[in-house]
Amino acid sequence: MEVRWDVFLIIVGTAIVTFIPRVLPLMVLSRFQLPEWATKWLSYVPISVMAALVAQEIFKNGENISFSTNHVELLAAIPTFFIAIKTRSLLVTVLAGIIVVMVLRFLFPA
Amino acid sequence: MGLANDQIETVADSRDKDTFLQGVKDCVPTLLGYLSIGFAAGVIERTAGLSIAEIALMSLILYAGSAQFIAAGMMVASSSITTIIITIFFVNLRHLLLSAALAPYFRHLSPLRNMLVGSLLTDESFGVAINEAAKKNYISEKWMHGLNITAYLNWCAANIAGAFLGQWISNPERLGLDFALTAMFIGLLVLSMLSRKKIARDVVVAIIAVVIAVGASSVLSSSMGVIVATIFASTIGMVMEKWK
Repeated sequence: MEVRWDVFLIIVGTAIVTFIPRVLPLMVLSRFQLPEWATKWLSYVPISVMAALVAQEIFKNGENISFSTNHVELLAAIPTFFIAIKTRSLLVTVLAGIIVVMVLRFLFPA
Repeated sequence: MGLANDQIETVADSRDKDTFLQGVKDCVPTLLGYLSIGFAAGVIERTAGLSIAEIALMSLILYAGSAQFIAAGMMVASSSITTIIITIFFVNLRHLLLSAALAPYFRHLSPLRNMLVGSLLTDESFGVAINEAAKKNYISEKWMHGLNITAYLNWCAANIAGAFLGQWISNPERLGLDFALTAMFIGLLVLSMLSRKKIARDVVVAIIAVVIAVGASSVLSSSMGVIVATIFASTIGMVMEKWK
């Protein structure tokens, strides 16, 4: 039950960079408005970052990206996408994804 | 003057009906989501080698599902502290938009009280709040706190419960639990695309992000690849929108 120093730094650092974008617009936007290009740029950030993270998760093999070793996750991503589009529910998508991977790993043990 | 006072009182009355307790109640439909994802995050964090105390601290002060998953995954891959913090910054930059969208409803509050409203903002609580705003044209501060605090407590409880259970799960991969993160990103990606009316442009931006993330990762670390892909793809999206 201890908190290591490097883990503590990571937690505090990530907490600060998460806290600022959460509160800053609420605190200052009553005084001035973001320029239009900034709003437009920001509106694409969720899509870019999520797509990049999905790619990284599906193709990664340790710290490197590899196309050869991660067939199960690549395969599981396809039904997971369809379920997300169909149900529009984060919870159902996560549960379905977990079950698909569990079944695939059972059928094709590494 | 009497009339003006009456009107002010009527507005104040209707706002008082949106109590803290009503906020708690309106949070209930999202609780199952917090519980299951928080639980999965706790298991993953535990199997990534974090202690219960570290997991508790993380859910209490970081309080962001995807960020907690990613931080745990990057710690396993022994990424540097700076890379982890920069990646989380970009992952959570979307809160700028959520916070900016809520700002007009809380203009009457002081900066400090606005800070309290924003400090527990999540994708889900934003979704509930913006729906409420669409229905009533205002959001009550007390109601917002009820919503936020209920979600926060549930997340922390589920996260710590998952951490305790994680001690007994020796192989979370076999149960597919590691895929919870990927599935959540897929879900968030699809949901954010479906909520806008820019599907074609969004798909182009997403494909560019995937290609850059994969391409850049062969040169840089994969977490730096995500940062580079985010900056490039968002810029291309912005430029495409200007051209139109």
